[in-house]
Amino acid sequence: MKLSRRSVLKGAGAGLGTAFAASLFPQVSKADDEIVIASLFDQSGGLDIYGTPMTMTCELAVEELNAAGGLNGKKIRLIKYDPQSNMQLYAQYAQEAALKEKVDLVHGAITSASREVIRPILSRYKTMLWYSVIYEGGVCDINNFVSGVGAQQWVKPAAEFGFKNRGKKAYYIGADYNAPQIIGKWLEKFSGDLGGTVLQRDHFPLDVTEFGPAIAKIQEAKPDWLATCLVGAAHMGFYRQWAAAGMLNKIPIVSSTFGVGNEHMQLTAEESNGIVSAQPYFQEIELPANKAFVARYHARYGSDAPYLNSVGIGGYLGTMLWAEGVKKAGTHERGPVMDALRSGDIAWDGPAGHMVVDPVTNHVIQDMHVAEVQNQTWNIFKSYSQLYPGDVIDRCDLTKTPDMNAHLEPIL
Amino acid sequence: MDTVALLIIEVLNGISSLALTCAGLAIIFGMMRVINFAHGEFMMLGGYTTVVATNAGVNIWISMLILSPLVVGIIGILSERLIIRFFYGRMVDTLIATWGLSLLLIGIVTAIFGNYITGVSAPLGNFALGQYQLSVYRLVLIGLVALLFVGIYLVFTRTRLGLIARGTMQNPNQAAALGISPPRVYMVTFGIGAALTGLAGGLLAPISQIIPTVGFTYVAQAFITVITGGTGAVTGTIIASGIFGTVRQLVTYETTPIIGGVVLLIVAVVVLRLLPQGITGKIFRRSL
Amino acid sequence: MKIALNLNSWNTRGLIFVGVLMLALLLGGPEVFDLFVLLKVILFISTAMLALSMAFIWGFGGILCFGQSAFFGLGAYAYAIGVINIGESTVPILLSVLVPAGFAILLGYFIFYGRLSDIYLAVVTLAVTLILYAFIRSTSGEEYVIGSARLMGFNGISSIPVFNWPGFPNSPLWPDDIFYVAMTLLILVYFGFRVLLRSRFGRVVVAIKENETRAEYLGYDVRFYKMITFSIGAGVAGLAGCLFVSFNNFINPDVFALGLAAQIIMWVLIGGVGTLVGPMLGSLALQMLYNWLGTQSFVSFLNTYLVFGAIILFFVLAVPQGLQPTARLLALRFLPFTRSPEEAEEADRARQGAGDD
Repeated sequence: MKLSRRSVLKGAGAGLGTAFAASLFPQVSKADDEIVIASLFDQSGGLDIYGTPMTMTCELAVEELNAAGGLNGKKIRLIKYDPQSNMQLYAQYAQEAALKEKVDLVHGAITSASREVIRPILSRYKTMLWYSVIYEGGVCDINNFVSGVGAQQWVKPAAEFGFKNRGKKAYYIGADYNAPQIIGKWLEKFSGDLGGTVLQRDHFPLDVTEFGPAIAKIQEAKPDWLATCLVGAAHMGFYRQWAAAGMLNKIPIVSSTFGVGNEHMQLTAEESNGIVSAQPYFQEIELPANKAFVARYHARYGSDAPYLNSVGIGGYLGTMLWAEGVKKAGTHERGPVMDALRSGDIAWDGPAGHMVVDPVTNHVIQDMHVAEVQNQTWNIFKSYSQLYPGDVIDRCDLTKTPDMNAHLEPIL
Repeated sequence: MDTVALLIIEVLNGISSLALTCAGLAIIFGMMRVINFAHGEFMMLGGYTTVVATNAGVNIWISMLILSPLVVGIIGILSERLIIRFFYGRMVDTLIATWGLSLLLIGIVTAIFGNYITGVSAPLGNFALGQYQLSVYRLVLIGLVALLFVGIYLVFTRTRLGLIARGTMQNPNQAAALGISPPRVYMVTFGIGAALTGLAGGLLAPISQIIPTVGFTYVAQAFITVITGGTGAVTGTIIASGIFGTVRQLVTYETTPIIGGVVLLIVAVVVLRLLPQGITGKIFRRSL
Repeated sequence: MKIALNLNSWNTRGLIFVGVLMLALLLGGPEVFDLFVLLKVILFISTAMLALSMAFIWGFGGILCFGQSAFFGLGAYAYAIGVINIGESTVPILLSVLVPAGFAILLGYFIFYGRLSDIYLAVVTLAVTLILYAFIRSTSGEEYVIGSARLMGFNGISSIPVFNWPGFPNSPLWPDDIFYVAMTLLILVYFGFRVLLRSRFGRVVVAIKENETRAEYLGYDVRFYKMITFSIGAGVAGLAGCLFVSFNNFINPDVFALGLAAQIIMWVLIGGVGTLVGPMLGSLALQMLYNWLGTQSFVSFLNTYLVFGAIILFFVLAVPQGLQPTARLLALRFLPFTRSPEEAEEADRARQGAGDD
């Protein structure tokens, strides 16, 4: 069939015009008897490795809640946005969710950068935000609840294990943005407490792929163990090149971020055996609630659905915790839900164990686990129970100063 | 003493991986003047071919040296026939077309393989150099890249195929008058360029990440290197890789990778300011 | 500076048409659009202005700058740092124009007086934007601070104060007012370019693009004109960056990255090189496409990249000349009243000669 250019252009123009007109109106009007929530996780672009499982677990949570009769008798409708790893789209979609769709909850953002884009927007337009990714800590905003662990909860187990079991001299390498910088500072603080030293802190931009010089420098410094906070696909090259140089068995690695990008599955067993990581969640946790959840997850999404790590499960945990607030409040209005969540007795037992929402910080008290990679699976060998999110507790007390709205950096 | 040896090896590593990422582009852009924005994605496809084949049981060397170039060469020829051949001579139109192609390739690979797959570890183990431990594979890679460029040079200057290719690029009408079919030559040359890019992706697979969006990390540096190299595609690329690779590795070793990257870019800017036609615009002017 | 203005010319009629459309948008905008759409439109205005700047220097100046995003980003950061330090927005808005323009003069001197052209120019400008990208991304430490504004590296600067009424730092502008400001600026910039192109300066710039050697033989200092053109484009791009910040009070180093640099070129290519309205439409179309794709579930099933790539390929194979020239061709064919007498004759001849398209 020969298409003339003219007809092609006519069709394209008409299509574009209709799409634009359609995009100006809400996709479906919000009915009175439903609750609407929006998920805002990257499902394409570089961050899709985190965003896709988060969206899936969020969807699973919504389906489970609806199957149990909804919240307070009302069904939940989930709107899924894909910001395509693009900050501008994060801002646009946050505005769209708040102003056009008038959602009751935005569950979103993966990196701190994207969270800091949408947090002021959602605060201004009074739409609740849940952030469920491990991060550097410090958010102090009554409109923003955080189920991800902050740096203090996150680093302590890794630091303790490293300095007690591997040696007194650590060498730290991390990605070059503010979260790994802050984690490096926490590591130094804990090293002081535990009688060890951090020989050096090196940071690499996120797109560095050549780690030859870096590896040579580490070899020169001769540390007892290597603390890594590497992020993203490019940094995989480090673990590959490290293993290729035969360093895996010579200088052990204790990482904060290894596994969060399913690195243990991307690397072969020879490249990753023995690496230790500390996370608030592993798919291998031996709780009945977790086993049941993993089974449900694979039943819903297939046996080759992405491995669940501490980031991927955030979509489920955050949604369920928010749902606890809604149930307690009896309504899905923002004010009562916020009060309910901040009442101090929102506690929930899920796949990651016992979680309690803390009214002072709007963060979540939860467990941490230390595990080692063997044959591309995690073996958990130590757990820390109910760690408190006290990163910036010196300056942030939302029960006393509820108008505080900032992202603070810890003073160490 | 071993630090000096280490630095030399690191510099050669840097030069060889940079040159490797540029090899195919030197042919496609350097000779054919086609801006292939999907260059990074061809490399990604080469990497995926190696990984998928090796994980399915094929010997890693066969996957890297034979399968990757073959598969990506075929994909390159398909792209050329279906898309790129309509835009020859219109340098900037090929830009949009190959940009669309790159997005399409990323999308297809993500749809088939998901966001991540298990990679392959580097073969050949490691060796000790004084207090340092280094990968044998990387050393071998240096040698392979050198051989590769020698091979490219010889093919394009000493063989009949190379002669036909160069002649057609210089003067298609004359070549047609002599009975050669320019569209055929373009297709084959593009295929060779794509195959070289696939080979690069395959060879780098054991030491880099294997995700659909890995192309972005290669494309900017590859273009800057090839263009700064100038009109003599192969020689220019070698010289430019030599300069940039050395500078970047040395600076990175002394300071940080950020400064290393920035210095590389500044050197590119300065070189172009001094040699506005690229390096081989002034030096080795008549080379390939 | 004499400007020829012939009301009977068809080009002028086209200009008036565009002008009326833009004025209608300006006056009617806040009435018709609700808050959410208004915010989106402010974003579109910012990208349209960026596209305009590129359309000017490339379509009319012949300078293929692969790093226009650098000036956009510099303008945005200049505004952000300025307003955080000064507390009042009028001077920072000026800074967002002057800082990139000044930088462009330096860079332009380096490039044009070095006789760099074509792709070498493109490479140098690309390198510059990547240098800025790499540099700003690494400024997350506390030591990277200008006055009282931290550069914040990879995460970017958030909660940047919006525009305020000049002289009254405590009266911020509401989105309605920001829309008026943005739209007015866009109209001024567009017509400013049109006037500039009809002036002597503009004619020389176009002459240089058409045939640089001839222009030089005629005695014009080609390097100087190119440098100034480059700088004007940079200033406009910087202003667009300032508007971008006003859209969501946030800026991060991604504005310097390869992605945006490539996109700007796409806008102009898709809209039609050598026109001013085309690239604005091109930027609008692509932005809307990105936006729309991320909200459709069938797309995430298939993958955004795949769909976007397929659409681009389809478009480039079917409409290689770009939106505006093709639209104009279509208008000439089907809407007789847009034609001048000569064009009408030609269209008739073409139709008889070529048969069906």
